[in-house]
Amino acid sequence: MDFGSSSPSSAGMDSHQRDNIMGQVKQQVAVMQVQQLLESMTDKCFKKCVTSPGSSLGSAEQKCLAMCMDRYLDCMNVVTQAYSSRLQKEMS
Amino acid sequence: MCVALTKMSVDTLLNDPRMKQFIEAETQKQRFQVLVQNLTNKCWDSCMDRPASKMDSKTESCLLNCVNRFIDSSNYIVRRLDKQSGVSQVSELE
Repeated sequence: MDFGSSSPSSAGMDSHQRDNIMGQVKQQVAVMQVQQLLESMTDKCFKKCVTSPGSSLGSAEQKCLAMCMDRYLDCMNVVTQAYSSRLQKEMS
Repeated sequence: MCVALTKMSVDTLLNDPRMKQFIEAETQKQRFQVLVQNLTNKCWDSCMDRPASKMDSKTESCLLNCVNRFIDSSNYIVRRLDKQSGVSQVSELE
């Protein structure tokens, strides 16, 4: 990146513009993460709970899906913690 | 809200030091998130039985092992490739 050639006006992006763009980026990232989570969760829990799809989603299947969603989040939390503590160990 | 983005050139964005810092930090966070998501799916497949009303300690330790062995495997593969390419370079020299 060539900072030297940038004109004074481009170097001084005002803080309002900056905050605005950062906000948009953060929002889009958050939306993407939720979509990703939803996709994985649906995939994993459908496989576990709806093994032979019937004419409707039965109450046992719904119960299973509800539990599966909670366990998937637990699983993600354990993985996040394990991975970040391992990263910290590797860095030091 | 989008007006701010369209009015500004990409150049202006990337030349702003604080914006650059922000983009780098967000990219790093995103990389971590993608890895966690992939690991969650892999370890879910190898550790999860039928979903129960609570996560038991057996599953939890399986998940811990899964994450750590995955990183071990990744490190091992990198080290072995590194060593092999080192060896082949030496044998080429001889």
